[in-house]
Amino acid sequence: MSGDTTKKSIPYTVPIGPVHPALKEPVMFTFQMDGEVVRSVDFAPGNTHRGIEWMGMRRNPVQIVHLTDRICGICGVVHSISFARAVEQIAEIEVPPRADYIRTIMHELERIQSHLLWAGVAAHELGFDSLFYLAWRVREQSMDLIENLTGNRVNYGIIQIGGVRRDISDDQRPLIEQGLSYYRGLLDQMKNVFLNDSTIRMRCRDHGVLTYRDAQLLCAIGPTARGSGVSMDVRHDYPYCAYGDLDVRPVLPPAEFGGPKGDVYDRIIVRLLEIAQSIDIIQQCLDNLPAGEILWEKKLPKLLFTLKKAQGEAIGRVEAPRGECMHYVRMDGNEAPATWKVKASSYSNLMSWIPMLRGEQLADIPIIVASIDPCMSCTDRVTIIRNGSADNLTKEELTRLSREKTRRLSRC
Amino acid sequence: MSETPHLSPSEIIDLYKAAFGTGILDAKITERGEGVHKIKGYNIWIRLDKNLLKPAIKKLMDIRFPHFAVIAGSDLGDEIELLYILSVFYGTKFGEYMVTFGIRLPKTDLTVPTITDLIPGALLSEREKQEFFGITVTDIPDGRRLFLPDDFPQGVYPWRKDETGIKPEMVRELWAIGRPKDRPAPPVPEKKPVPEEPGIKEDKKPSGGAAE
Repeated sequence: MSGDTTKKSIPYTVPIGPVHPALKEPVMFTFQMDGEVVRSVDFAPGNTHRGIEWMGMRRNPVQIVHLTDRICGICGVVHSISFARAVEQIAEIEVPPRADYIRTIMHELERIQSHLLWAGVAAHELGFDSLFYLAWRVREQSMDLIENLTGNRVNYGIIQIGGVRRDISDDQRPLIEQGLSYYRGLLDQMKNVFLNDSTIRMRCRDHGVLTYRDAQLLCAIGPTARGSGVSMDVRHDYPYCAYGDLDVRPVLPPAEFGGPKGDVYDRIIVRLLEIAQSIDIIQQCLDNLPAGEILWEKKLPKLLFTLKKAQGEAIGRVEAPRGECMHYVRMDGNEAPATWKVKASSYSNLMSWIPMLRGEQLADIPIIVASIDPCMSCTDRVTIIRNGSADNLTKEELTRLSREKTRRLSRC
Repeated sequence: MSETPHLSPSEIIDLYKAAFGTGILDAKITERGEGVHKIKGYNIWIRLDKNLLKPAIKKLMDIRFPHFAVIAGSDLGDEIELLYILSVFYGTKFGEYMVTFGIRLPKTDLTVPTITDLIPGALLSEREKQEFFGITVTDIPDGRRLFLPDDFPQGVYPWRKDETGIKPEMVRELWAIGRPKDRPAPPVPEKKPVPEEPGIKEDKKPSGGAAE
């Protein structure tokens, strides 16, 4: 835009954020609007940059594992597994198979709770609040299960370099089985409400389209890329933890729903089908859970001594609920790693917003923005600058715009 | 884009050695197997001349369109090493490899060409490296800061380990700041610090903390 806001001229600049209607993390958006239509998008992340890598380069790997638990508020285990896997490769630590299986079970439980959280957020953005409450109520089962297995609901603290810190006892197995059958019974119902609802289809079909080529060029990952038909899933492509022993296929939007179109609807389908896949993976892990130790070394001083001697570099990567999560670590014989680079999944997915939002309407922004990232929504305000005067739109007003559109469509 | 058949990690390294010869400074393959069956995943590490970075990435695109993950960086003293981490052959059952290209920039000439003309998604990572290492990415389409706030001092690069890195006076130890003074008193009085035992020697005190 020209920078001159005193004239009545198209395009209008609409800043949204940094605290945002569709994301837990603050991100500043600047939209160039032509009436109701988005012409171009710019965004500025960084409002929650805490310098975790900098902190990590001054701590030993065992301390960093607990720091990695806290990188994300939803993914409590993927960063820890990534980091632990990188360090284990450098120090040539062999993880006991039982620990690999428990890591996998945690990994998939996390995917279930994350996808359900996202499903609730998506329903809320569309103004379908009964579905939002249903999805979050259903999510509680996985949170309770995670709490039972790890002692925590959010920062699990279960990963240690060389294995896991808590075993799955024989008493806990029936609980997991019970949780799995609970979700199995609900899946069809969830699929029915999300995929056969005409309002959801109207709001999400052909909106926020990311083409196959754009997904590749903009390095999209996870359900965002798979929704566009890119067959990419670290669990299938690159063996780690117990996935080498399992049969995991990337979930792509099935042809019965119109094939991969790369729109919001396809990303909903992928996530819902992945919940079913996660249940299946946990069942496979439980059935084949090997016996044995859960830690390479129980004594912390011995573990720290080994890590202090370790030299080299390695990459640890996993498929997080939102896509590939990757940690690069380099150790040079000191207590703290010389280099640590965290690549969270959203880091790769942010660029996809640009083509997705172009040409869409203001009221579609919340659901499209939320469609790549399963974070809780919390907005502060939106400022619309028109003819030099700034009107503040509150969170409620932007959500209201989105809901009004839903009502308008359902009346048609 | 022409698609070549699936290659083994050593075949990829052979291709690069044949194409770039002495420009390849070091090439290695690491592998790792986990779980019960220990099926291996492979990482390919290629250190090369700075000028060969873009041709190397282009070559990878000719083999199969890669997924670009991130650029990692390391301050080695006189040089900054950048590692372009990509993966190739995704979509193949256990056939994906991580491919990492490492280049070194002397601190006297911290410039590197952009790769966003080949892979536009690399933009965020390039912007991040500019602000965190003080390098210059030439021809970058958008050179603004990404994560650092606008009021962050110019000329300070958080991941550098020399005098341009974070200075000790910039570090606030959260444990040392204590409770804000302008708040009402907590319902439960705060614990008084436990007096130190005289027997503990100076060097046995717990270490750690960001300022070290």
